Parts: sequence; structure tokens; C-alpha cells
Amino acid sequence: MAYGPALARSGDVQGHSLHLGSAAAGVAAVPVVDVRGVVKRFGATTALAGVDLAVMPGEVHALVGRNGAGKSTLVSLLAGLARPDAGQIRFAGEPALGLAGRSPGCPSVACVHQHSTAIRELSIAENLFLNRQPYARGAIDWRTMRCEARALLDRWHIDVHEDTRCAELDASALQLVEIARALSQGARLIVLDEPTAQLDRGEIRRLFGRIEAMRREGATFLFISHRLQEVYDICQMVTVLRDGRRVLTAPVEGLPRETLIDAMTGETGGDGIADIGMRKMPTAEPLALEVAGLAGTDFDAVSFAVRRGEVVGLVGASTSGRVELAEAIAGLRKPRSGAVRVHARGGTAAITLPYGDVEAALDAGVGCVPKARHREGLVPGQSIAENVTMTLARRLGPWGIVRDAVKSRLGAEAIASLGIVARGPQVRVATLSSGNRQKVVMARALATNPDVLVLVDPTLGVDVKSKEILLAQIDLARDAGRAVIVSSGELDDLRSCDRVFAMFRGRIVKAFPAFWADRELIAAIEGVDLDKA
Amino acid sequence: MIKPSLSGAAVEVRAAGFPFSTGQPRPSPVRWEVARRREVARFSALALLVAIGSLLNPDFLTRANLVNLLGATSALALVVLAESLIVLVGQFDLSLESTFGLAPAVGVMLVMSAGSGGPGWAWPAAALAVVVAVGAMIGWINGLLAVRLRLNAFVATLAMLIVLRGVLAGVTRGGATFALPPSLHTLAAASALGLPISVWFAAASFAAAAFILRYHRLGRALYAIGGSREAARAAGIRVERIVWGVFVIGGVLAAVGGMAAVGYSGAIDASGGGGMIFTVVAAAVIGGISLDGGKGSILGALAGAMLLGVAQNLLMLAHVPSFWVQAIYGAVILAALMLTKRAGGDA
Repeated sequence: MAYGPALARSGDVQGHSLHLGSAAAGVAAVPVVDVRGVVKRFGATTALAGVDLAVMPGEVHALVGRNGAGKSTLVSLLAGLARPDAGQIRFAGEPALGLAGRSPGCPSVACVHQHSTAIRELSIAENLFLNRQPYARGAIDWRTMRCEARALLDRWHIDVHEDTRCAELDASALQLVEIARALSQGARLIVLDEPTAQLDRGEIRRLFGRIEAMRREGATFLFISHRLQEVYDICQMVTVLRDGRRVLTAPVEGLPRETLIDAMTGETGGDGIADIGMRKMPTAEPLALEVAGLAGTDFDAVSFAVRRGEVVGLVGASTSGRVELAEAIAGLRKPRSGAVRVHARGGTAAITLPYGDVEAALDAGVGCVPKARHREGLVPGQSIAENVTMTLARRLGPWGIVRDAVKSRLGAEAIASLGIVARGPQVRVATLSSGNRQKVVMARALATNPDVLVLVDPTLGVDVKSKEILLAQIDLARDAGRAVIVSSGELDDLRSCDRVFAMFRGRIVKAFPAFWADRELIAAIEGVDLDKA
Repeated sequence: MIKPSLSGAAVEVRAAGFPFSTGQPRPSPVRWEVARRREVARFSALALLVAIGSLLNPDFLTRANLVNLLGATSALALVVLAESLIVLVGQFDLSLESTFGLAPAVGVMLVMSAGSGGPGWAWPAAALAVVVAVGAMIGWINGLLAVRLRLNAFVATLAMLIVLRGVLAGVTRGGATFALPPSLHTLAAASALGLPISVWFAAASFAAAAFILRYHRLGRALYAIGGSREAARAAGIRVERIVWGVFVIGGVLAAVGGMAAVGYSGAIDASGGGGMIFTVVAAAVIGGISLDGGKGSILGALAGAMLLGVAQNLLMLAHVPSFWVQAIYGAVILAALMLTKRAGGDA
């Protein structure tokens, strides 16, 4: 009994390798996972419209696509968290068991996310054998468990001590431990869901080295990343999804980068010029905002200036530092060094903003639509009027006393000017749809009549109609002579920008004038050099 | 047949320039040493307190006082154990102090003669079983609230605390104190090898808990659940069932602790256990149990309970005016919490 479960486990791992070995020797290879014509709908939207995917044993298969292409839906189907509406999923030729038949301890697909699910206070050894610890004489046999953990870590060349608490490991080591656990549980396919998002360069190299070593020993991976360069670094095959369909499956070797990006965006080179009408370029307008050598935890050495009536975009992946930079400008986050200067409309001397002081930023004329809408943007339990006037309570009356009538009037104005769908200014924000909530946040930012408007992901998770209204606000702000900074990963948010700065790993890597092509911008976001292909 | 060979792959990995683990024995683990050092520190603090106490007061180290101290502390320690287990899985139970008062009161009332307002059971052992059953039932209800109905455990058990205290007032006819019937008193105040049986029971409970937490899958599951519910569930641990079970065990331990206190004092009291929960949580925190869950050891919790037990005993021996005892005791607990924090604890 003492060694029973442990032996069975290592047997699984061995059997797995043997099976893969014979496949590699020339017998017709059976895909580890074979997805055929899978359809998944959520209400009226079709997340997957007949997707095929075959991952062969011993390969690292990349799954790429823009946000909303259906990657995460496909992964949740593979992991058995949801059922397809049509189509079939087979694991090594066997039809997948549904939700009911899935025993949680031994999934055939294991997911490793960017945020570890290891238990931080427990040792690596215990995390590896959680709830299946070896027993001897009616008690957990810690010696055997540590030995088996050591053997498992050695087998996959993970150079950490089995007694280390997981809290002390860095992110890449944690991911390796989770991969090792999944393999020892007999997982056939490891899904790596943006595993590098939280890692630095050295950690990524280390992780990739180990993934490659594991692959050579027969492990199979499905690799999801927003960084196309990584696809070229460690993947053999790539599948591109777009709008819930598979548009490309090809060997990575010899695949031109342009083809890959074109498949993701659905455009071919040259056609991607943004549709903007005539627009006067604000070259002669006075400066409104200067950012000089700003550096913080997630961005470094950022300098640029914005004129009145100019819209500047900051684009990049969620880890590029664009959000943190925008928050630092608005006073939501303390930078380490550098300066943010605001030139007030009165024409007086520039005001240098103190670090991390929202109140000072508001006084200097900086308004902000923060990213964390529910945490920083709104108080959901209060009314629209209350939320809209929150930023200017001090200006509405003596000693911060604001008459309800004033609040209601301003709330009603916000409802009218932004087309908020609500019965009146006293409606609680919590009852609104996400698009209308975001309009309230926008109204709150505009309520102080700011000279500089900072928008972070202004259309994240809102419907098409609200998106249109929100984006129209950018043009209205421009016409009103405000300087606007749009920090977003959505290309649609950036179409009206006069300039777009692409950020990668905390630095501005490239500046695009208006009329940029989607593919060039995406290449810059992903950190790929188009000319290298 | 290409069977992947470990050595071959290892060579490849090395050739690729990655550091590569040799599997040689490494220096002994750091983790348990740190944990042990903290426990040693706690027990040395306890020893220090005992030494100071014996210097200040010649009565402290007498046999009678030590038996008295252990008897009084065992009741507290059982509730500390209950709270520690519940906090370990990331929950909270404030109603333990009411369970501590109510469960023995129900058992005692059953034994009382009709003249004193009870049905007059002739079997004191059955009354003890009822005490345990009442504790289990209260724990089960707490589990229902926190696990099945997903109420916030802190608030839900605070409500239970008040409800149960009201029930206790009802059962004891509004705050009267009853002497224990002789048949039950002999059972509850029995001693073995010179110590009250409540001391032996507390010692056995702590030993069992310490063993299970370290050497049984269930015990490790408590740490896993407290560390990360989702990860524990993904590892196949039946999170809800175990958390519920821990609430039941906590209720039983608090009920038995209450019975120990009744046996020690010889009476039931409508305010039994009132205000005790603060001491209990403080003892657990001083003992290194993290209120975030998933962290701490049962030996530490024992040390925390003993520390506060000794402090209480010393205050009693020093004949501090009774109306000042609360203030001084609270200050002592605050000081202990600050020292724990400085020593790298979690308070």
C-alpha cells in the first residue's frame, strides 16, 4: 500500500513515454489531441465556429490570435471545463469524457497559467504530491515523498530543492514545478497559457530551455502567447484563430512573419491603412503635457510631449508598462524618477506634478479613466449623479457641501451628453450595463473640464454601440482643445490618434504617425521585427 | 523504438548551456529549521514566564497551583485548538465561546433533578454524550452557514455567538448559577495520575491533531485548503466536506473544553465562556497561526495557549484587584502580539 499509488504514477509517466516512442518510430502517429469541427456558442455570440486542431506527440504547438479570437474558449473545452455544442475532441484517439466523467485528480489536459496555482506555504515536494502523498504504516511517508519529488524534479531537470517553500520560487520555476506535476499525473497535453507574461528575459530563456528538453523526452505542449517572437523561438507548429475560425495551421519553420501576422489580422500588407478623414495636425498648438524621463516599476525612461488638441496613443501588451505609465501620469501610481509637467490653459508656468497624488493631478487639470473600472473608476453602490460629481465635490460648494440639486443636474447632463441608458441621475451605477458604467467613468473624468485627459483601456469589455460613443468622446475632447492620452491594446481605440507610441517591456520602442497599418503596429506590440523575416 | 533516455537528454541539455541538476544530495532543508526555531522561541518564552513567575511568587511552583493551572488552561487550550483548525482552513468561528458555555449547560440540566428544573437523568455518562452532540450540532450549523450558504464565516458565527448566548440564558433561566449535581461532578472532575482528566484529554487532542496535520492526508489538506481553495480542489481534495468537518470538530472540542471548565469550577454559569473568544484568537495568533489561513503549527498554538494560561494564573496569584485584571490581561496580550510580530510571526 505504501508504494502503491506512487508506483502507479511513475508507471503512467513511463507508459506515456513508451507510447510516444513507438509513435516516433514510424507507426502512424495518433494526435495527442484531435479537435474536429468544434462549435461553441455563448448566447448569441459564436466563440468557436467549427475549429480543427491536431497536436502531435512531442511537439510544442502554438495557438495564436488576437483577443476574442477564441483561444481561451478552445482551451476551456480541452480542459473539460465546458462542452462543445458540436464537433468532437479526441485524446490519443479516445473520445473525451464529459464533465461528469472527468476525475479532477488526473486530467488528460493540464493548464499552466501565468499566475501559479501552487500552494505558496507548502513545499515543492508536497505540492507535487498533494492529496496523493505516499503512506507508510498509516502515516505520510515524508522521506519517500521527498525522494520521489527529487526523482521527478531530476527527471525533468528542474534545479530546485524539493523542500523549498513555493513562496520562495520565482515564477518560471513555479511553472516548471506545475508542468512536472501535470506530467507525473499523466497529463497528455500541457497547455501553457501566456506563460511568459510575468517573466523577465532570463526567466523566459530558462523556461524555454526546459520546455525544449521536456519536449525531446516526449512531452507535448499547446503554447499560447501574444508574443509572436516566442512562437518562432520554441514552437514547431502554429495554428492561428481569427473570429472563432482556424485560418492557418503550418510548420513554424519557414513561415514568414508577415504571413503569420496577416493571418491574425485578416489583412494583407498595404491594405491596413486606417480610415481617418481629414484632420488638422496640431503642430502649432502650445504644449499641454510633458513627460520627461519618467521611470517606475514597469516602465523606464519615457519622454514625450503632447500638444493641446492632440491625441497620443500608448499601445502595447498588458505587460508592456503602458497601463502603469498612464496611471503614473494621472497620479494613481508613484513613479521612481522623472517628471510630469502640465501647462495650464491660462498660459502660466508649467506645474510639475508631485508623485502619486491624484488630488494634485486633478487640480492641475489631468482627468483620468482608470483601467480598474470597478475599483478605481466607480462606486457601484452610489448613483450616477454621485459618481459623476465625485471628482469635483470641492469645487461645487463651500467646504465640500454639494446640494443634491446641483448633483442631479450634472448627472442629468452626463446622461444626456454621453447617451447613458438609465432612467435618471439617481439610478445606482451597479444596475447599469458595463458600457453605460464606462460612460459614467468617462463623464466623471470630463467633469473637471481637464486640460489633459488620460484614458486607460476606455472600451474594455463594452458593447459596440457604447464603444462608438466613448470613442467619439476622444474626438470631442480634441476639438475642445484637450490633450488626450489613450493607453490601450485595442487598435480601434487608437484610430483617431495623431501619434501612437508602441511600448515593449516598459519602453517606447517605436512611434507611429497617424495612418499606421495594423500589421506594423501589431508587430511592434508583439516585439517582432518585420524586416527580420 | 526510441525510448527517451535520461542520460542522453541530460547531455543535450548540458550542451545547450543550461544548468543541470545532478541529483546529488544537497544541504539539509532550511524550511523545517526555521519553523522549529520559531517554536523553540515560543516555548522558551513560556519557560521564561514560568521562571519569572516562580521568582515573583513562591506559590507559583507549588504542586497545587500547577495542577490548578493545567486544569484551567486545558479548557482554554481545547478551544484554541478548535479555533486554530478552523482558521487553518481559512475560516473563522467566533461562536466557539458560546458553544463552550452552552453545550455543558445543556448536559448538566438534563442530569438535574425535577426539583431544580431538569428531567433528572440518572446517567451522567449519557449527559456527557449530549454535551459532545450539542457541540457537533452547533459546528454542523456553522458549517452549513459558511460552507453551504457561503455566508461570511466571521459575521455568520458572530450571529451564532449571540443566538447561542441567548439560548444559554434561556436554558439556565436567565443567568442563575447552578452547582453541578454530584453524580456529574465526580465524572467531570475526575483525575488520573494526579492530573484532571481534562488535562489528559487536551494533551491527547493536541497530540492527535499534531500527528494528523503532519502525517495524514486530511491534515495536509487543511493546509492546502487554507493556502488556496482552488488549488486544493484541483488536486482532488473535497474542500467543502473537509471544511464542514472541521467546523464540526471545532464545535466538539469547544464543548468538551466547556465541560472541562465546568468540572474545574463545579458550576454552570449563564455567562460561561463570555468574552473568551478574544483570548482564544490571541493565543492562536501568538502561537503563529496565520489568520489568512494555511499557515501555522499546532505546537505553536499550544505554546500560545499555555503562555496566556500562565499569564492569567500569575495575575490571579499576584492578587491584582479583580476590576483591574481585564485591563492588565489585555495589555499582556497586546505586548505578546507585538513581540510575536517582531519575532517574524504573522500577528
